[in-house]
Amino acid sequence: MQIPKRDAAVHNGDGSIEALIYLAQTSVVDLLALSPPGWGGNLLRGLMNSVLIAVGSFSIGIVIGIGGAFGKLYGGPVTKDLLGLYTTLVRAIPELVLILLLYFAGTDLINRLLEVLGYQRIDINGLVAGICVLGIVQGAYSTEVIRGAILSIPQGQIEAARAYGMSPGLMLRRVTLPAMLPFAIPGLANLWLIATKDTALLAIVGFNELTQETRTAASTTKAYFTFFLAAGALYLLLTLFSNVIIARVERWARRGVYMETH
Amino acid sequence: MTKGAATSLTQRQPANGAAEAIHIENLHKRFGNLEVLKGVSLSARDGDVVAIIGGSGSGKSTLLRCINCLENPTSGIIRVNGEEIKLKADSHGHTVPADRRQIERIRSRLGMVFQSFNLWSHMTLLENVIEVPIHVLGVRRDEAIATAERLLARVGLAEKRDVYPSFMSGGQQQRGAIARALAIDPRVMLFDEPTSALDPELVGEVLRVIGDLAQEGRTMILVTHEMKFARNVATHVVYLYNGLVEEEGPPEQLFGNPQSERLKQFLRNTH
Repeated sequence: MQIPKRDAAVHNGDGSIEALIYLAQTSVVDLLALSPPGWGGNLLRGLMNSVLIAVGSFSIGIVIGIGGAFGKLYGGPVTKDLLGLYTTLVRAIPELVLILLLYFAGTDLINRLLEVLGYQRIDINGLVAGICVLGIVQGAYSTEVIRGAILSIPQGQIEAARAYGMSPGLMLRRVTLPAMLPFAIPGLANLWLIATKDTALLAIVGFNELTQETRTAASTTKAYFTFFLAAGALYLLLTLFSNVIIARVERWARRGVYMETH
Repeated sequence: MTKGAATSLTQRQPANGAAEAIHIENLHKRFGNLEVLKGVSLSARDGDVVAIIGGSGSGKSTLLRCINCLENPTSGIIRVNGEEIKLKADSHGHTVPADRRQIERIRSRLGMVFQSFNLWSHMTLLENVIEVPIHVLGVRRDEAIATAERLLARVGLAEKRDVYPSFMSGGQQQRGAIARALAIDPRVMLFDEPTSALDPELVGEVLRVIGDLAQEGRTMILVTHEMKFARNVATHVVYLYNGLVEEEGPPEQLFGNPQSERLKQFLRNTH
């Protein structure tokens, strides 16, 4: 059959029209059913993977961000330059390009390194690679968010910590990080929401997160509208749920901040 | 009394056998090209209340902040309870503490009270007061809380223990900051213009607390603009002018019979 299926169905009325009729009769509920032949389970698994990647990359991003912010603020000239290069490059290059670059070039580089060192090539787990790649992207943005937040801490509070003999580590843990949090939360909340959606970019490297699962389901059943709408709803749900959590975290982080209510 | 640094040291003989709490010798501090302290010497024995007065830009706050190395002196000797703070030159040629643990240990026994209170905003008042005892000095939590409650009652803030600083008045915050300083059982208390940021009607409550501490024999170094207060509580007054000790002595002498023209004029202007 060289002619596209739809045309064939319209013009010929052969067996494929029955397939179409079957499809049309298959209800949305059946398509989205959790167990096969429904695709709901696959979508939810994809969502789980997306959430996993988002949580992982956001966490890595925060760790990089804290280190990066401190390096940029208090590091030596070389540290500052290197971090400047990192944040500039990562924020300048489109994330899609970065993901392709880091994913393919990164895994290739690791394998070459392993070969040079006399080890076997390894298959790099898509989940781990995805988390790392997005984590590096998130880290660049987190660095700037956290750097700004640290600069917003009233200087006197840092000075009081020094004046009472806190070591740098203790000061970081007990004063700097909690005191910068109210200033960092809005920016970090943005980054979290971006992280949840950036997971979709990993579809390009064939990782089975929500968007990729949706594409598979849609192209198999041809129910594009149904599945992409369902995926959109799932992303929306994730965001709404995130907003509830973010609001709670923000309220907690700002517990010591007095706001005049008008 | 004369100006000049080294001479003033020998002029202050110990009135009693009290040990030396703070000893500063020939202290210089330079910010870039600006020399803020040009060779200041000062000493305080246990139980002394030393008031440092002077116009703005005279270097009095800088002098106080050099004692715990919040500002690193450019040169000079600082001894706290007989222990000299080890200083070294860093790679940029700035003088910095040579031994981080030493300076942290010394700082943890100097109770500093700031002009702008500087309570930690993410902690309740009680948490502010127990923070250093627990995490720096290693006091047990229940003991720290018991001490903190006693101190908060003493400064009249017992009912504010679970309130965050930004929800309190300036006077309350400063009294809380004094409780935080007392909680470390400080060898010396350092007050950096503790009432300068307060509304006039709140100054009294803070001065009363500081006055009580002076009465009970707390060793303190107090940078202040409150001349009447300095005269009442200080055992020794130092007048700084342009980075040098212009005149010093007991309060009656310094306020009652000032020798230097500059001090006379300063006292006229501040009355």
